[in-house]
Amino acid sequence: METAMSVNESFVNEPTSLVMPRRRVIGAYLEEARSECLRYMRAPGFMLPIMLFPGMFYLLFGVFMAKSEGADAARYLLASYGVFGVMSPGLFGFGVSLALERDGGLLTFKRALPMPPGAYLLGKMLMAMAAAAVVILLLLVMALTLGHVMLSLAQAGALLLTGMLGVLPFCALGMFVGTLIKGQGAPGMLQLIYLPMSFMSGLWIPLPLLPKFLQQIAPVWPSYHLDQLALAAVGLDQQPLLPHVLVLIGFAAGFLLLAARRLRRNG
Amino acid sequence: MPHTPDPITRDPIARLDGVVKRYGRLTALDGADLRLQRGELLALLGPNGAGKTTAIGLLLGLIRADAGTVELFGQDPQRIEARRRIGVMLQNAELPPTLRVGELLRLTASYYPAPRTPAETAELAGVSDLLERPYAKLSGGQQRRVQFALALCGRPELLFLDEPTVGMDIEARQKLWAAIRQLLAEGCSVLLTTHYLEEAEALADRVCVMTHGRMIHEGTVEALRARVALKRIRCLSTLSIDTVRSWSEVSEVRRDNERLHISAAEAEVVVRRLLAADLQLRELEVQRAGLAEAFTELTRDADEASDTDQREAA
Repeated sequence: METAMSVNESFVNEPTSLVMPRRRVIGAYLEEARSECLRYMRAPGFMLPIMLFPGMFYLLFGVFMAKSEGADAARYLLASYGVFGVMSPGLFGFGVSLALERDGGLLTFKRALPMPPGAYLLGKMLMAMAAAAVVILLLLVMALTLGHVMLSLAQAGALLLTGMLGVLPFCALGMFVGTLIKGQGAPGMLQLIYLPMSFMSGLWIPLPLLPKFLQQIAPVWPSYHLDQLALAAVGLDQQPLLPHVLVLIGFAAGFLLLAARRLRRNG
Repeated sequence: MPHTPDPITRDPIARLDGVVKRYGRLTALDGADLRLQRGELLALLGPNGAGKTTAIGLLLGLIRADAGTVELFGQDPQRIEARRRIGVMLQNAELPPTLRVGELLRLTASYYPAPRTPAETAELAGVSDLLERPYAKLSGGQQRRVQFALALCGRPELLFLDEPTVGMDIEARQKLWAAIRQLLAEGCSVLLTTHYLEEAEALADRVCVMTHGRMIHEGTVEALRARVALKRIRCLSTLSIDTVRSWSEVSEVRRDNERLHISAAEAEVVVRRLLAADLQLRELEVQRAGLAEAFTELTRDADEASDTDQREAA
């Protein structure tokens, strides 16, 4: 191991220009987040699928086909397609980009640079939250105009907040997968998690219409708990919310720890 | 170790001391020593797999040593305070394709306490005309220039340049060399790894040659050349190979058509004998071994030594 850190005296009297003022450290975090958001908002290959899939599904099932079922169906599907839409910037924005950047050497380069600790992950997190907000806003606009869903401002705001915070557990899951698989293998792996999990949580077809067995195991999936919160946000669910919040926090913390451990060990 | 005592008593700004690094059963570094003094350019040379990348990775704090000391400005390289004084250009780093060059500069500069202005950086690295272009739209050589700009934007005291001119055309390479010389003149130190020996010859104050995870030579470019005392003699002659080979001063001779290629330590003696033996001799050339020959010779010696070790061990 390293021998004792004997700091040579000639290096102790550093010129004052070497001290990083707090303002500049905060500035570095902001720059990192700004760059991360800019680069993905400019990448159609990333933004289009994230917006198109939930948008098209909602248009098809929530707006056109739900017309006969009444506004409550459109309201219900707004919540579940919202959750479906929020999962992907977390899983793909975080997981795939981490896997690619580990492969392409960008992560190594950033680790060699004096980037403040955590700025990389924080930047990606904020990017995923921004992308989640875009998806929810898109669905809200469709629901309010085409779907004739009546929502109070508070309800719309609650759904937006649920989406922006609800992306975080999926960031953690994506990050963990991104540390397991390098490069191009990650998108396929994440699809294998994303699509079945969405289906089994009742995001495509409401849970009560699914087989009994799937209904029983639904609480295993984080997307099920986020869906319950989203349903409550649009005024459709009156259960206590705290258990769902706690499950999601636990889920996020667990995968974050696992991923951080793998990153530290393997880089 | 062939580590010559350094006349400069100042503390090195980057130091490896008896460093061992293993990856499973593979020993990448096996007691590596390196000292980089303030203001100098040290070229780290060696064949692929010699341990250059591992040595750089340790000094950048990317990996930890299994044994020995690694210091950057007298500190652990994993401390961000030490890394705020360095600039880095790695061999392969795929930068975000949709960000513009100016944005990449702005982001990287934000990590440093007192960076250069974007205009100053761009001027130095020759990327002023690229600032508005997205990174993905640049040619390979332009991308390397941008990576060089990112390395120097933080006004570093020490630059790590890992194969900086790979993929550059001759003109771009000359420009990069000029920029490196300018940085050196400003007092910046550079640790350069390169496959191009002429690059080390053109820029380096000292070279350090690695093979098999150890430094086998450290010294000035002149000293490295001098380690290989052989000189090359070429001429057109009718003398037979066997005649020339029988001279005791000649260490190696071969013929390619009419031309004789002779290697000898004391070229003057051989030339005198050649001229005396063949009055028709033409196109005589005598050349001292370049860095390339010196390097090949050194690493071959090291290979043979390690082969012998293995045979003895077996």
